[in-house]
Amino acid sequence: MSGVPILEVCDVHAAYGRIEVLRGVDLTIPKGAVMALLGPNGAGKSTLTKIISGQKKPTSGDVHLGGVNVHGAGAEDLARVGLCTIPEGRSVFPNLTVEENLQLMSYAGVSAEAVKETAFAYFPRLSERRHQLAGTMSGGEQQMLAMSRALTSDPALLILDELSMGLAPLIVDELYDTVARIAESGVSILCIEQFARTALRVSDYAAVMTGGRVVATGEPEEVMETMSDVILGGAA
Amino acid sequence: MFDLGKFLAFTIPGLFSGAAYAIAASGLVLTYSTTRVFNIAHGAFGMVFSFFFWDFSVRQGINEWLSLALVVLVVAPAVGWAIQRFIARGLGEGPVSVSLVVTVGLLVGCIGFATQVYKPEARTVPPFFADSKPIEIGEASVTYHQLITILASVAVAAGLYVLLNRTRIGTAMRASVDNPDLLKLFGGKPDQVAALAWAIGMSLAALGGILLVSVVGLDYYALTLLVVNAYAAAMLGRLKSLPLTFAGGMGLGLLSSYAVGYLPTDGVLSKVGGIVPALFLFVVMIAMPQAQLRIGQVKGMVSAPLPSFEKAAGSGLGLLVLTALLAGAFSEANLLLVGTAATYAMVMLSLVLLTGYGGHVSLAQFTFAGVGALAYAKLDQPNLVGLVLAGLVAAGVGALVALPVLRLTGLYLALATLAFANIMDKLVFQDERAFGFNGALTAERLSLLGLDISTTGKYVVVMVLFFVVMGWGLLALRRGSLGRILIAMRDSPAACGTLGLDMRWFRVGLFAMSAGIAGVAGGLFAGLRGTIGASDFQFFNSLPLLLLAVVFGVTSVSGALLGGVGLMLLNNNPDLAPIIFVIIGFGAVLLAKDPNGLANQLFRVGRLLADRFGPRIMASLPALPSSGRADGLDPTAGSASRDDDSLVDVTGDTSAAPGRGPDVEEVATHVAPRG
Amino acid sequence: MSLLEVDHVVVQFGGVTAVNEACFTAEEGRVTGLIGPNGAGKTTCFNVISGLQKPTRGKVRFDGRNVSSMPVHRRSKRGIGRTFQRLEAFGSLTVRENVRVAHDIAQGVLGLVRPSKGDVDALLERVGITAYADERADSIPTGTARLLELARCLAGDPKLLLLDEPSSGLDETETDVFGDLLKELAAEGRAILMVEHDMDLVMSVCDEIHVLDFGSVIASGGPQLVRNDPAVQKAYLGYSDLDDDVHHGASGSSAEQTHVDLPAVEQTQQVPMVPTSGEARP
Repeated sequence: MSGVPILEVCDVHAAYGRIEVLRGVDLTIPKGAVMALLGPNGAGKSTLTKIISGQKKPTSGDVHLGGVNVHGAGAEDLARVGLCTIPEGRSVFPNLTVEENLQLMSYAGVSAEAVKETAFAYFPRLSERRHQLAGTMSGGEQQMLAMSRALTSDPALLILDELSMGLAPLIVDELYDTVARIAESGVSILCIEQFARTALRVSDYAAVMTGGRVVATGEPEEVMETMSDVILGGAA
Repeated sequence: MFDLGKFLAFTIPGLFSGAAYAIAASGLVLTYSTTRVFNIAHGAFGMVFSFFFWDFSVRQGINEWLSLALVVLVVAPAVGWAIQRFIARGLGEGPVSVSLVVTVGLLVGCIGFATQVYKPEARTVPPFFADSKPIEIGEASVTYHQLITILASVAVAAGLYVLLNRTRIGTAMRASVDNPDLLKLFGGKPDQVAALAWAIGMSLAALGGILLVSVVGLDYYALTLLVVNAYAAAMLGRLKSLPLTFAGGMGLGLLSSYAVGYLPTDGVLSKVGGIVPALFLFVVMIAMPQAQLRIGQVKGMVSAPLPSFEKAAGSGLGLLVLTALLAGAFSEANLLLVGTAATYAMVMLSLVLLTGYGGHVSLAQFTFAGVGALAYAKLDQPNLVGLVLAGLVAAGVGALVALPVLRLTGLYLALATLAFANIMDKLVFQDERAFGFNGALTAERLSLLGLDISTTGKYVVVMVLFFVVMGWGLLALRRGSLGRILIAMRDSPAACGTLGLDMRWFRVGLFAMSAGIAGVAGGLFAGLRGTIGASDFQFFNSLPLLLLAVVFGVTSVSGALLGGVGLMLLNNNPDLAPIIFVIIGFGAVLLAKDPNGLANQLFRVGRLLADRFGPRIMASLPALPSSGRADGLDPTAGSASRDDDSLVDVTGDTSAAPGRGPDVEEVATHVAPRG
Repeated sequence: MSLLEVDHVVVQFGGVTAVNEACFTAEEGRVTGLIGPNGAGKTTCFNVISGLQKPTRGKVRFDGRNVSSMPVHRRSKRGIGRTFQRLEAFGSLTVRENVRVAHDIAQGVLGLVRPSKGDVDALLERVGITAYADERADSIPTGTARLLELARCLAGDPKLLLLDEPSSGLDETETDVFGDLLKELAAEGRAILMVEHDMDLVMSVCDEIHVLDFGSVIASGGPQLVRNDPAVQKAYLGYSDLDDDVHHGASGSSAEQTHVDLPAVEQTQQVPMVPTSGEARP
């Protein structure tokens, strides 16, 4: 872990109303690494995603992206400087066509034409459905469309929240192949999953969150053991 | 035999007005669909911009085309941008009642602005190409003004199509309808998108208004109200689809025109022409599909504290004593104003029940009051029985309205009630069998249990007595089982359903009760005035009524009282109107922090004062509650209202625990939308 | 015949199939678990059963009657009660008032039958939230709000209780007490259908478990049976890469581990853990 880490989360606390969901989270992702963040339902993973991506303000603590404290930056500003967040659920615009969804991905700095070219080359199925409304596609196809944003925008850091949720294993496998490919191109990735091994397959490091804190970090092998207790014992 | 000439002669004006409606309506849809704020003031802005156009082109003599460009391309977009930036931002995420009230406030503000800046005088705006001869098509003719209006609507349609489907910012506009938060993650800027939508929306309001103004005339209200047609067109497109909105606008223009041309010129049917848009709006609303019950989070509103029984009794009696004292001191004219304020306050009580407790917004409360007044006058039984019957008639009408619109909530419900009020206004109230030939129907003051209360002073005291009794009734209801269920329905309809509550009948009952209160107020008002007319209950008046009710506090009886006084001053005292506007503006800003309005803020101040000085004052002044007040009386309604405030508020409730929790607490729901 | 029968229910949202030909039952006097990974369609099933969501296809039978087209409130009157995963407490009312509202609604004759304060307080006592009785429902902790929803639901004395993640937000001791309460409620003859992520609780109180994945029931049976079902392992561990060679050591050992590691089997924890007890899990 040398050089400036791409992401550094320092003692972040956050709350919804009076209910504290993050109780001092520390997390570091080295440049170019893939980090899997695992944990049961309600551990605070999605809240952490929202804070890193600028959608929610922490009550205290700092987030550094590429060594810069991004305190107060809005989600759209971060998105334009190379943070690509694919939130939980289907992160596409259901009432826009596939092509229009792709067109909006050009806000991240790559031209719309280039976005389409890359996306269609990688997911030919999207090309077939370019004029279809995104909401009418299957869950897997929608997630492919969402992944196109990660694939085409050449982000500095990619955050994937529950990529596999509600998808068939075969499709999840296919999506994680894409993740692996993006990782190979040198993109740092934070991969949040409730269920473990899909994410661990492509990860260099892993962290486990529960009760609003990161309770274990390390190599996937080490963390896997902690994981079994937390996921299968606590919430699975 | 089919008369082509006649047909064309009505088709062309129909297409013309349809085109103008379509332009205005598409602006409304664009704004709503990108920001979730339904701009009730859309037509009012069109009116103000038409005045600007008159100012530029006629008063200052600037070339009409240059003036058009100035208004439509510079002033209107700038106003739209400013509104989004400073007023409408974030409104779309809040409760519908707040965003509705804010835009109603804009509407009232627009009219206030126009009447202040452009004092009433005769103004005409000539049509474009006024000097050119119309084009003859058989027996019919098309003026160039009509032609460019139709062409303009086509150009607007094409322009919007290209913007929304062929440009990235347009696509982003549609995306922000789906999910503004996701748009941010894409790197888009929902705020910019919203500002653009407001700017274009205002431009289109201006264009629609200016094209219509040479036909409708430069009038504060006519253009403002024409927007109901735009609502109807917009609703056909479910506030989403621009093509359907255009079709709706055109269809409405044609239908209204044919209704004028082909329906008989006397009898009930002759009136139908004028209400085609409102009827259309009402029907489209009824045909709306059932909304899914929202399942989301624990939502609670911090309501204004309920006063203890003693406080309510004391405040009510104090108010009565005060009125009695005023009755002795005031002139006849001022007493009529006090009576009017009491009427408004009672109608606002009906909103406390419906909106404050029940969470439903109605824009037809004055219409229910009108029904009550009409029934009271027609029954010609100037006693308690007649008044109760009048209330029951109004309640029945309220139930009838509620039945078909049961499935609607929020904005749709509000618009359906507005359409209903408009229909009642045109079809019933303006019928000569209702309020008589010159719109004046006589009504006698009621006698109460054989007591003579024919003098205005006594009558006003009786009106306030009714207000107090109804206020007590509402507070009792709120405390009881029904009140709890009302609040529960407002907080979570889904939970109420799964607990076994059939909400339909509850809502019908709620509407009926609310309409009944308004009806009693109307009946009392009829007696106060002696003669009443359709103009006393114009549906339009329900808009400022809602505005003042919410700004002053729609969750408390005191709020209704303050609101009633405020509305009376606004309507009857032009000198005070600017002050009222300042109070409204101030109150509207505070609404964002506390949806309980100014009354609740005053309670808070009252509690602070009571905590600090109460014990000392109590110790030094063991006198009757009203004794210290008689000398403070000022023979103007204005200060009377202020006295009312302090009377009700300083004695405000202390039973409510302070700091009972944040305004709207959202329990975290960030995990897993469905499992 | 079972009290509740969900018969080939399909729910589609746009192109996404949330529930796919789901079939399962719940019996009187038993606690039935409905488990499965996030997004498996569990809550959507609850919405279909309680009437908040119309199924695209399929039937729901309750007490021998097809209730598929019955409105929400009538299903409730027939004895279907539910709680919500995303809480639906009446935030502006106090905890006691929440239960009183439910009681009033259940009485039917609104306001005429005075709910005896005792009934309401007994319900609060039963679920163990008496201490919060006078707090506003939007200011109580998540776990307490879930218990409140249960109390509110019990006011209508339902035959079938649908509980959506009832224990999340409760600490370990509270969860144990809650488990006992569930057994008690079932012993009274109610059918309890519970969506739950806490496997300890599921394994200790459920008589039968249905496992939902991608909207379909992939396994049904008693706790032991379900625990050893390979399809369930796969659903729970995401993509099952038993012969994965990327992190062979880890996955190899834990593939084995998962069989022995499911909670009913006692095992010492190898890595020090921060206990989750008492922490808000919204």
